[in-house]
Amino acid sequence: MSTLLERMATALDGVARAGLPGERPAYREEAPFKIHGGCGLMGICDESGARMTGEAAIRAMAAQRDRGNGLGGGFAGYGIYPDFAGHHAFHMIYHDEQARLDSEAVIKKAFIIDEAEPIPRRHVDSIVDPPLVWRYFLMPHRRKVEAIGLPIDDIVVRTVMGINAGVDGAFVASSGKNMGAFKGVGYPEEIAEFFRLEEYQGHTWLGHNRFPTNTPGWWGGAHPFSLLDWAVVHNGELSSYGINRRYLEQFGYRCALGTDTEVAAYLFDLLLRRHGLPLELACSVLASPLWSEIDRMTAEERELAQTLREVYGPAMLNGPFAIVLGFDGGMVALNDRIKLRPLVAARQGSILMVASEESVLHEVLDAPDKVWSPRAGEPVIARVRRAEEAGAAGAVPLAAEVA
Amino acid sequence: MATTMAQPEFRVRIDDVRCQQCGRCVQQCGWGVYTFDERPMPDHSACRACHRCVTYCPAQAITIEQNPLAYRDNPSWTPALRRAAWRQSETGGVLLTGMGNDRPYLNVFDHLVLDACQVTNPSIDPLREPMELRTYLGSKPDAVGVEAGPDGFKLKKDRSFAAGIRLDTPILFAPMSYGSVSLNVHKALALAARRLGILMNTGEGGLHADLYPFEDNVIVQVASGRFGVDSDYLNRGAAVEIKIGQGAKPGIGGHLPGEKADQDIATTRMIPQGSDAISPAPHHDIYSIEDLRQLIFSIKETTGYKPVGVKIAAVHNVAAIASGIVRAGADYVYIDGFRGGTGAAPQVIRDHVGIPLEIAVAVVDQRLRDEGIRQRASIIAAGSIRSSADLAKAIALGADAVAVGSAALIALGCHLCQGCHTGSCSWGLTTHKSELTRRLDPEWGAERLVNLVSAWSHELQEVLGALGVNAVESLRGSRERLRSVGLDAQTCEIIGVKPAGL
Repeated sequence: MSTLLERMATALDGVARAGLPGERPAYREEAPFKIHGGCGLMGICDESGARMTGEAAIRAMAAQRDRGNGLGGGFAGYGIYPDFAGHHAFHMIYHDEQARLDSEAVIKKAFIIDEAEPIPRRHVDSIVDPPLVWRYFLMPHRRKVEAIGLPIDDIVVRTVMGINAGVDGAFVASSGKNMGAFKGVGYPEEIAEFFRLEEYQGHTWLGHNRFPTNTPGWWGGAHPFSLLDWAVVHNGELSSYGINRRYLEQFGYRCALGTDTEVAAYLFDLLLRRHGLPLELACSVLASPLWSEIDRMTAEERELAQTLREVYGPAMLNGPFAIVLGFDGGMVALNDRIKLRPLVAARQGSILMVASEESVLHEVLDAPDKVWSPRAGEPVIARVRRAEEAGAAGAVPLAAEVA
Repeated sequence: MATTMAQPEFRVRIDDVRCQQCGRCVQQCGWGVYTFDERPMPDHSACRACHRCVTYCPAQAITIEQNPLAYRDNPSWTPALRRAAWRQSETGGVLLTGMGNDRPYLNVFDHLVLDACQVTNPSIDPLREPMELRTYLGSKPDAVGVEAGPDGFKLKKDRSFAAGIRLDTPILFAPMSYGSVSLNVHKALALAARRLGILMNTGEGGLHADLYPFEDNVIVQVASGRFGVDSDYLNRGAAVEIKIGQGAKPGIGGHLPGEKADQDIATTRMIPQGSDAISPAPHHDIYSIEDLRQLIFSIKETTGYKPVGVKIAAVHNVAAIASGIVRAGADYVYIDGFRGGTGAAPQVIRDHVGIPLEIAVAVVDQRLRDEGIRQRASIIAAGSIRSSADLAKAIALGADAVAVGSAALIALGCHLCQGCHTGSCSWGLTTHKSELTRRLDPEWGAERLVNLVSAWSHELQEVLGALGVNAVESLRGSRERLRSVGLDAQTCEIIGVKPAGL
């Protein structure tokens, strides 16, 4: 498996390098080391599958504006592209046209581009010098995919990594189906205005407000971080970043972005998709129970918990974090092992919502049935019922509405 | 003609005003320094500065000094080199010594510093929050297979890997054979290992019957001499270790003189009483890696697939060798750096062969990751782990656990006098003279060992708390939490640590 992946990575590297003209200056993005910072976040999911506009997410983030410093905001919406539900939707950030041409060359190595267009946007005074933002709806190129000989998900991962690590001035914001990430440098409500987020409808939304404490923000460095159908927003700092990263590298992941949130996204991909762990167990790997808790379990539970911890110790996320993962059909929110970052949750009918501050829940939900503070390491999971029916109707802005 | 030109290294000074002429020093010294004629008279040339007499003099009348004798300055021909040449001119022999390399090579540990949390993430107080050190050594799969059952998830039954070796703190006692150390040392180590929830290691001299009750806390070693090895022995251990090499003497075998092979040692080693116990330099059934694989699996078949580790000395090509060992099926690789101790070794080998542990651990960990086989085996780092700082740094470089030999002996009284090979250890550790070995009470020794390991564990918890993590697995291999101060750029690159400031 690893040799195949390596071969694929090499092939993609070659493409990426071949497309790079030598005379263009290289872009300095974020520092090649870990970015420190704090943040605010939210997640909302209507388990009935009914879709809501992006406004709930925008209001939720505006209510916790002072948790960021204007150097990064972003959102992810699920169920937003029902007309292209079977396509891989790539949201791209480009610094210039050359980056776009180079990236498209990489994409075409395995995919047919059915639609390619700038993401609809509008002018926002406070957002200066935005990069080019594009989206693509891709289908696998059957012959090329067969020649590569990997599952399509692995090809998507390798394409994303090939672009992020290999194409100067290009960044893949998201690459899943019927979902997309919208992010950039600015306060989240400004980013939402820029991307006309209120015009999209989705059953699940994540939002994030960033407070980086070094280096100027970079569009690719804002949250959510997304790969395939996963999108992650994260408040905290992974003190275990160093080993998490080295652990992931063994499985072919290349952490090119220099932020700790990236490793959380890749760990979810590794555990859920490649290793096939159930969501609950993946969460218990990332926020592992204490040995003193494991010792008190029944024999069968203990055998499982101990094995998970023995095998996945290097994957444990240690240090303060609150994290929300969006996936195809729901979301999960998770706190670190000793709850060092805020995370509150609320339920109102079929809607589950989480945020960094309780005030946010009351800002968005008019009459929550229940508001609670999830315990350390205890996942809060929302699953959309009848996901295939979600988003049967609704207007989605497409090519016609380019700003 | 003078009998020797090599002048004493030390001078024993007795304060005649304080001295009570009690003769305790005469009784305590194992080296025969003192004669008594109304008052103690020292023979300076026999003194090894082991401080036994100093410690036990009731009048605090004794001190040991470096011999102030002047040598004509010559930084190249140090007095030690001149003394060595004189001694060899007298004897024509190989210079023997004990304990670890004492040459002033660059110490990488002393040029590494650890990180701590400030503002952006909180540090954790280990006195008030859980701080987990428990460690499992052994081979682990890449992924865990689970299946949904009626009452929750459970492991798939095709679990194909052995349960790991549990350590309550990531420290083991390093292999020291019964023969090189006394039975009381083994007993102290075994008692302490059981109380600490860790393991001691028999070394290559077999397992004395008195230690059978401790077998769950013992790693049994198989070395080139195969002393004391039979299937009963292999099955008693919590794990089995194949010793290929030792950091203090890579590529060198061992030799326990026949006069040390008394009834007890001979029985434990399964050799005739009074016969020399010679460990060949190589295992004569392992001339290549595929032979090692066969031995690993022979032992696994014999023991019902207990964990089998392989101990090697850190040599130039250690990364490739370790990779081969892991692919040969070892559950852990024990890497012994060039400062590791020994009961006896040629000085030229101890001081000039092998590479530093820090570099060896770093390159082995990285190589195993590059090859995608790091999960398949644990790494034990040994060879002069001197403190909890070394422990934390070794773990950050990639070790799963460390093993301590010299530090354990120091806890029991060793003063690093480097006279282990003489069999006259005044502290009763590396000797079999009953009047000396009885100086170590195993209970007293165990208490000191427990104290030392507990103290280091508490300190490791403090380090983890400052780093903002509450489990040792989050430091393991996390070189991002290390910075170098004063290491050259190439060494930094090799060990994967950035210089301070980056």
